[in-house]
Amino acid sequence: MIDNMQLCTFRLDNQYFGVDALKVQELIRHQTMTRVPLAPPSVRGLINLRGQIVTAIDLRSRFGLPSVAEETELMNIVIRTDEECVSLLVDQIGDVLTVEQNSFESPPETMDETLRPYIDGAFKLEDRLLLLLNWKNVV
Amino acid sequence: MDDTELMREFAIESLEHLSDIENQLLTLESQGDAMDVALVNTVFRAIHSIKGAAGFMGLDTLGGLAHRAEEVLGRLRSQELRPTSLVVNTLLRATDRLKELIDEVENSNGQDVSKHIIDLEKILAGELTDESSASEPTASSSESPAKSGIKTSSDALAEPETSLTDILQMSFDCLEQIERDLATLDRAPTNRVPLENAFSKFQDIQVIAEDLGYAQVVKITASAGKLLAGIHVGDFPMDPQISETLGGAVKVLRKTLQAIQANGTEGDEDHQFTVDFLEAVLSVKIPAKGKELNANASRPVPPTVTHPDVTSSKPAPKAAVEKNIESRSEDRPATSAAANNPKPQESKTEPKTAPPDATAADSTIRVDVALLDRLMTRVGELVLARNQILQFQSKIDDPGLQNAVQRLNQITSELQEGVMKTRMQPIGNVWTKFPRLVRDLASMCEKQVRIEMEGKETELDKTIIEAIKDPLTHLVRNTVDHGIERPEVRRKAGKPMEGCLTLRAYHEGGEVNIEIVDDGGGLNIERIKAKALEKGLISAEDAANMPDREAGNLIFLPGFSTAEKVSSVSGRGVGMDVVRTNIEKIGGSVDLQSRTGLGTTIKIKIPLTLAIVPALIVSASGDRYAIPQVNLLELVRLENQVAKPSIEWIQGSPVYRLRGRLLPIVSLREELGHCDKSELRHANCLNIVVLKAEDRQLGLVVDRILDSEEIVVKPLGKQLKNVPVYSGTTIMGDGRVALILDVVGLAHAAKILTKNKDRSVSENNPVSDSRSPDERSMLVFAVGHSGRAALPLDQVTRLEKLSRRLVEQSHHREVIQYRGEIMPLLRLSGQLGQLGVAKESDLMDVVVYTHENRSVGVIVDQILDIAECRFPRSTLDSVEHTKEGGTPSIVIDGHVTDILDLPTLVASALA
Repeated sequence: MIDNMQLCTFRLDNQYFGVDALKVQELIRHQTMTRVPLAPPSVRGLINLRGQIVTAIDLRSRFGLPSVAEETELMNIVIRTDEECVSLLVDQIGDVLTVEQNSFESPPETMDETLRPYIDGAFKLEDRLLLLLNWKNVV
Repeated sequence: MDDTELMREFAIESLEHLSDIENQLLTLESQGDAMDVALVNTVFRAIHSIKGAAGFMGLDTLGGLAHRAEEVLGRLRSQELRPTSLVVNTLLRATDRLKELIDEVENSNGQDVSKHIIDLEKILAGELTDESSASEPTASSSESPAKSGIKTSSDALAEPETSLTDILQMSFDCLEQIERDLATLDRAPTNRVPLENAFSKFQDIQVIAEDLGYAQVVKITASAGKLLAGIHVGDFPMDPQISETLGGAVKVLRKTLQAIQANGTEGDEDHQFTVDFLEAVLSVKIPAKGKELNANASRPVPPTVTHPDVTSSKPAPKAAVEKNIESRSEDRPATSAAANNPKPQESKTEPKTAPPDATAADSTIRVDVALLDRLMTRVGELVLARNQILQFQSKIDDPGLQNAVQRLNQITSELQEGVMKTRMQPIGNVWTKFPRLVRDLASMCEKQVRIEMEGKETELDKTIIEAIKDPLTHLVRNTVDHGIERPEVRRKAGKPMEGCLTLRAYHEGGEVNIEIVDDGGGLNIERIKAKALEKGLISAEDAANMPDREAGNLIFLPGFSTAEKVSSVSGRGVGMDVVRTNIEKIGGSVDLQSRTGLGTTIKIKIPLTLAIVPALIVSASGDRYAIPQVNLLELVRLENQVAKPSIEWIQGSPVYRLRGRLLPIVSLREELGHCDKSELRHANCLNIVVLKAEDRQLGLVVDRILDSEEIVVKPLGKQLKNVPVYSGTTIMGDGRVALILDVVGLAHAAKILTKNKDRSVSENNPVSDSRSPDERSMLVFAVGHSGRAALPLDQVTRLEKLSRRLVEQSHHREVIQYRGEIMPLLRLSGQLGQLGVAKESDLMDVVVYTHENRSVGVIVDQILDIAECRFPRSTLDSVEHTKEGGTPSIVIDGHVTDILDLPTLVASALA
């Protein structure tokens, strides 16, 4: 299902994730954002990215992880979808890795139901697991 | 360019052609015998282009239908047919079908068009009309089969808008193609494909030459074409002699084109010899037909002779020029015939009109809207960058920088304006479909309706054009169905049998006004009231007191339809309320005025653009929000001790008395979930933004009112689409994002508006804009320490705050210099026998009143309010008359207030 692909990796609550590098428009540092009252909790705010309004999604909140303190400066991974740009807020950005298909495995049956749509599976790296993010279901 | 892209291009282009055809056909119908031949040619050419392109792309069904339509148009052009309503109807239906086919161009082949083809053929055969001329059967039979049998894959024809070099290159390509086709024909003389191809290429070159005014090329290609046409219809077979002759003609043509390329003249080739030779071969091959063709050629050819006059009378020069190109190239068979006996008028007019053709066509290009949108975004960014630089400018004092910033500022503004303009389209684009609509509807309702349009060129943003299309169509449809009476009714009323529907558009104060005016019977106000009453939309009391104008606007209420029977035309459940909702959605408003027996005027006001809107910026809990100005009615600020008691509570719902009417209060903080409404009880200072949401009002309490700004509207991301209180986002001057509040969504969220609208309507006066005639706005002010007086606001010219130091004396009277004239001043407290209040402040409130074309300043102690006051008969009866010249008093906001008779007062004071 997946050929050798390049993944843009990031860290979230001590877990290691990757997202298809072809979909990533850019990586930016913490941006001032405008909060959106009444919005779904995972929407952290709106960013002005050179005149384009980008919705920032708090991945921690999406994954049901404990949220970080308000003032923590999170990094933005800007994903370009067909219609718009969306930013994923993550703790830390890692390298871009080329992973091999044969190291891929589907997630275990025991994985939390709520997380299942967001994680396609894991690449077994030498020292750890790299979880493949399903960005379509996240944005 | 791949196939699908080619198809798409074809579809776009063909639809453009078709969009004009409808109205042109209608014009032809109305012109009857005096039809404008140039116009027929235009239509002919459009259909021809579609046919050609369809043939090129292998869309046989489409091509076939276009072909039949073209034949009928050919008959119209040669004046063998008259544009009777039957002919026009058939053609209109055929163009409709063509449109449908083009809409689904991929599946067009194999679709059933037989009905349309049969209809068209019947016309051609003269079965459906007795108009087909019997006098020239032979002429037409020798000409039309030639045209009909041959599919011209004339992609070159469809695009006249190319430069000379390109055109010449195209011609060279054509010649090469012809040579190849002739070679194929040599090997297989009966193969029709190369024959048809060669014919169409000769035609292409001929058209180009006609456009450019090269008569010799026209003559040669026409003769060559005739020869090929003869073969095609089977008058004589292809043989080596013909092939050689044509080959010779191609060589001469190539040399001539090279000469044109080199120095713009046709060179010194012996053109006439070539023509004569071609004609000679033709006459040898088929003596009888050749004579007929020549006879045909000497027939007067009206199109080319008349069109210069026709076009010169047209107002738009560009359109005229285009028409000119089209008519000329459409005349192909006629000119080809005429070329044998060249007409002096032709050779004179053509070179003259040719050069502007090129420029007019070159001046427009087609651009993808997405590209414009991206450009717009970039310009938006540039504006922001400029704003940031402007902020730095104040910190750094460097004249060089100042200049550069100034320039940047100016260029950015101009760029922004320019990009905005590219999105503007004339409203005529929407209107073009209405003549047809009106015509069809009118005949369906057995009415006679004429449509007139004023201000077609009025421009609007593309998105708005899209948005008003449906509401406008609905209104036009309604007007024909309900507005305009049947002919017999009109005659009885002494009006012309034909009703007139006028569409008018014009700019006014940054808005576009669109009016739909009919001279029909007007609204039946009583019936509307009765209906509204019956449906429970208004109370009986409302109905009795409601002025006509307000009653007319009742038809915009949801659930209202007076059509006694649901006709096929209107009354399909989509009411006028949808029209109003749709217009209000884009920040517009709609108003209706009706005069019984004289007609109805519906006036729509819409903003020029949706991309940039004026907005009020407010803050709540530290965030900024933008409120579109269209929703804004007024701002109220309650300070200190006034604030707390002003907000009253009805079962836990806060309200504020705004000029005697209860205004529901909504706290923005609370709506955004930052606090609860109890906070309102402790507020020291309240900023209330009075907003209009559909037909209700609400007072939105915000923390601060910041500024009023033009904002660039940007859409919300899809995660936020279903949060109802926001309609979009914008970027503020400092680069931060602010949310735009959706007032209607907010009102729904705050339960001010409910799905069930009946309550809201009966509870509150539904149309708050128009006041009943006994209600007036009064300016209320303080006189002396405790007195209050009021005067009708419409008597007031202006309210001014003027400095006391500017008061001068003249003839023992206080005067002040005001707007370049000497304005006498009048102290109201003195006039009313009250002591004026000594004020420390330098400024005094002056009510400027115009008395016999002179301004008079009336000094009042303090302006308190502007109040809506009702003067029902009962109140007027019980008015107490005071000692001063019968000044009545009424109660406004719980205080006895004197109503001033300013004209009398001023007159007596100045006497």
